[in-house]
Amino acid sequence: MLHAAATPARKKVRIATTSLSGCFGCHMSLLDIDERLLELVDLVEFDRSPITDIKHCGPCDVAIVEGGVCNAENVHVLRELRANAKVLVALGACAINGGLPAQRNHLDVGDCLTRVYCDRTGGEVPDDPELPLLLDKVHPINEVVRVDYFVPGCPPSGDAIWKYLTDLIFGRMPRLEHPMLRFD
Amino acid sequence: MTTTQTGLGTYLERILKRHGRDSGRLVQILRDVQAEFGRVSAEAMAILAERLSLPIGDVESTRDFYSFLTSEPTGTYRILFSDNITDRMLGNQAIFDHMARRLGVSRGVVSADGLASLDYTSCTGMCDQGPAILVNGMAITSMTLRRADQICELVRSRVPVAEWPNEFFRVDHNIRRADMLLGTDFTPGSALRAAVAMGREAYLAEVKRSNIRGRGGAGFTTGVKWEAARNARGDARYVVCNADEGEPGTFKDRVLMQFYPERVFEGMALAAYVVGAKLGLVYLRGEYLYLKAPLEEKLSELRAARLLGDSILGVDGFDFDIEIHMGAGAYICGEETALIESLEGKPGRPRIRPPFPVSFGYRGQPTVVNNVETLCKATEIALHGGAWYEGFGTKQSTGTKILSVSGDVERPGIYEYPFGVRISQVLDDAGAKNPKAVQISGAAGQCLTTREFGRRIAFEDVPTAGAFMVFADHRDMFEVARNFAHFFQHESCGFCTPCRVGTRIQAGIMDKIAAGHGTQYEMNELQHLREVMRTASHCGLGQTAGGAIADTIAKFREDYEKRLARKDFEPAFDLDAALARAREITGRDDADSRMLSDA
Amino acid sequence: MNEYDKFSLDGRPIYFERGQSILEAALAAGVYIPNLCHHPEFKPHGSCKLCTVKVNGRFGSACTIKAMPGQEVASDTPELNGNRRVLLQMLFVEGNHFCPGCEKSGNCKLQALAYDIEMLTPHYRHFYPVREIDATHPDVLLDFNRCIMCELCVRASRDVDGKSVFALAGRGTASHVVVNSPSGKLGDTDFALTDKAASVCPVGAILSKRVGFAVPIGERQYDVDPISAQASARQAEEA
Repeated sequence: MLHAAATPARKKVRIATTSLSGCFGCHMSLLDIDERLLELVDLVEFDRSPITDIKHCGPCDVAIVEGGVCNAENVHVLRELRANAKVLVALGACAINGGLPAQRNHLDVGDCLTRVYCDRTGGEVPDDPELPLLLDKVHPINEVVRVDYFVPGCPPSGDAIWKYLTDLIFGRMPRLEHPMLRFD
Repeated sequence: MTTTQTGLGTYLERILKRHGRDSGRLVQILRDVQAEFGRVSAEAMAILAERLSLPIGDVESTRDFYSFLTSEPTGTYRILFSDNITDRMLGNQAIFDHMARRLGVSRGVVSADGLASLDYTSCTGMCDQGPAILVNGMAITSMTLRRADQICELVRSRVPVAEWPNEFFRVDHNIRRADMLLGTDFTPGSALRAAVAMGREAYLAEVKRSNIRGRGGAGFTTGVKWEAARNARGDARYVVCNADEGEPGTFKDRVLMQFYPERVFEGMALAAYVVGAKLGLVYLRGEYLYLKAPLEEKLSELRAARLLGDSILGVDGFDFDIEIHMGAGAYICGEETALIESLEGKPGRPRIRPPFPVSFGYRGQPTVVNNVETLCKATEIALHGGAWYEGFGTKQSTGTKILSVSGDVERPGIYEYPFGVRISQVLDDAGAKNPKAVQISGAAGQCLTTREFGRRIAFEDVPTAGAFMVFADHRDMFEVARNFAHFFQHESCGFCTPCRVGTRIQAGIMDKIAAGHGTQYEMNELQHLREVMRTASHCGLGQTAGGAIADTIAKFREDYEKRLARKDFEPAFDLDAALARAREITGRDDADSRMLSDA
Repeated sequence: MNEYDKFSLDGRPIYFERGQSILEAALAAGVYIPNLCHHPEFKPHGSCKLCTVKVNGRFGSACTIKAMPGQEVASDTPELNGNRRVLLQMLFVEGNHFCPGCEKSGNCKLQALAYDIEMLTPHYRHFYPVREIDATHPDVLLDFNRCIMCELCVRASRDVDGKSVFALAGRGTASHVVVNSPSGKLGDTDFALTDKAASVCPVGAILSKRVGFAVPIGERQYDVDPISAQASARQAEEA
């Protein structure tokens, strides 16, 4: 089915990807689809993504977001992707529930900053406007923008990502079942 | 053990002794400790646990369940504002803010000198004479800014609450329409005499014949309940009077307890006569503390008149007495199995039913739990018979029903009608001003609009426990539903998932809509949540917690729509506020340190 | 089958013994009904509500409703599973459930149910509550971030171990499990790793210390077969 669909006549699906407050592990997992990457390049082209180094997102079909929202810049990037993509996918644990970065959520963000910048080095908390300001808590992306699909996992396996992506690309209702559906 | 602990121990010993060191009376014991020390401290808890041979976690579990019991000190003057929607409509928030300013306290925080603490509490049952407050548990009605000033003065001068002007504590009955119960004189003992004269079987037959149904809301047939309790196997039997009238907008039981206590107590004795109970328990809601002393006095009178105690009316073996248990601020205890748990000194979490209380109730024994009003009606049946009784009301709803009318009416108060009365008739009698909606049977009930005012109060049409809150044209039904959503979140017992978590999510969504950040998405969420809570919750609280919202969405959608943002999504939280702490710590105020929610 | 009665579950006949709940009868017959607060050795509790089914058209908890002859029970339907997904989402947002860092991952009933019911996102706004970790006991770690208030530990400690080490305190979303000691710490109780209560937690709130990720990923309890399939497999083994 895949090969039949991947005819040259087919318009490539334009995909943007980003990692917000995450570890890029989900992006690494995307690379874990191994030789299927060759099939993928026949099917898709990339807009803004660590793969292309395009800085701002243009209109695209699918935006894939790894990581949660921990600062103001994350919000801006996420909104840019949402505004430009027809479909937005939350990829991995952090995008879905805040994940590891959200482990700071029981702490006061002010105390965190003071602890890091002042208490240990005697310095000051930087006030450079270039630096993204931290939110008081780390949030999953569906608390900031509308999200169409969720692919859980830390990271989701290459197989799960491949299954989900190809479902999407070929217009099937994307679905992850046991044992591909995993939260860890 | 330190000296203070020894001192504490001595005080606690006195309280324990008063309650016969009965761990089943833990809620009563903790109430007394709270009243004495302004809190139930960890030290007090440890001593109580030891002397009652209870695990300390069980004591903590009970303490933390009830709103009126606290681990941290409250102010010497603990002021709680009733926060029913009717109090709000009467302007309680402005008075609250005024008082907070005058006393220099913020909500939920004790003043620096420990003198005062100020907070809101669930409906205190004074909807016809609000705004109402509780000061150290005592009800004060008809609050005004002037009265608030007077109270602030008394607090600052540290005048004991017992010495405050009597008029503050005046609670009127506001009976506007009396029918066969409220309008008939009653001679204590007359109903018992009549019942004893006919014998317990014959009296039970009359009760069944009357087809009387419970007034607490569920409408279970009283005669069947009594018979089941009488027939159930047990070592002892109990009669419980449910006076935990916590449903927002309901206050008729308060009037019955205050002005018709002989009827209530005699109704309990009648039930005891039928089922063979020796002990009756009145579960009086904590908010009605002011009634406790007069009711105790009334019980003494009845004992003196030999209408309570051993061999009542000289009938050998008809021994029955009544104790009053106080609630401690938990709406859920109006549910009969939660009430029984509370009577046993535990948190008021509803039991799994079956078994029902008639077979497994208080202390595991057959127990009749009846509403205050139902027990009053039992006296009528004893006096006049079942056939007479059945002549009033409708086929499936016999007799009269007392309504607690409040909100936008000229004459709020108590109205007694034969069942079958139309909503419109009540509205006319109460002098409703341009009513657009009536919330029947409280926050858990249903919301009716003008088109439905022709419907009738009866189990076969519009069933009710008695609340009748009227909302005029200019009222915002969204705010009504939001008030109820917060009420349910506050009162959910936390036992089952859908109610514990669902009521909180629901209130959060209502707040989001109120802040102008709701969308159609939130509207759909509310509907879906309601379905899950309705179908999966353990008891009526969760099952009905989304009802008012569903009703108001269906009938007053415009009150929601006008608040909705015209877009398909809004963030779940306030983005700019989420940056505030980091702004503060970095000292930044540049453009990039600000964020619009709808950018 | 004279001594047996039967009811219908999603169209399948389920034979039961008098006194069994619908859930007990179904599990004994190898038909899975999702559940979290149920434990075969304890009295029915009925708080998680995952086992909500429709009995003759009315909603109820399969763990507390007695099986009766002729009942028509619906369980594995889109409507009921949809509601179960919402209940799971509620439990996920109510606590702090970060599976990748949890020792229980792969052996956790909450997680296994979420897989089985295909919960892809907790959906609701996270509460991110601030909850305690109690590491005072030499052998056992308590991480209340993951507690789902099922009270299995409360019941096991009270009814089996006879120690009443735990209690559920508070009300509403402020509900929380407390430890029965003046300090409120587990280290000050007579709790032992061998207690029943140490092994009944369906999630990762009660964990044995010094045991970390002992079973490799891929071999944990729910890595291969879904929780629902295991119920029928277990029954087949026993038969």
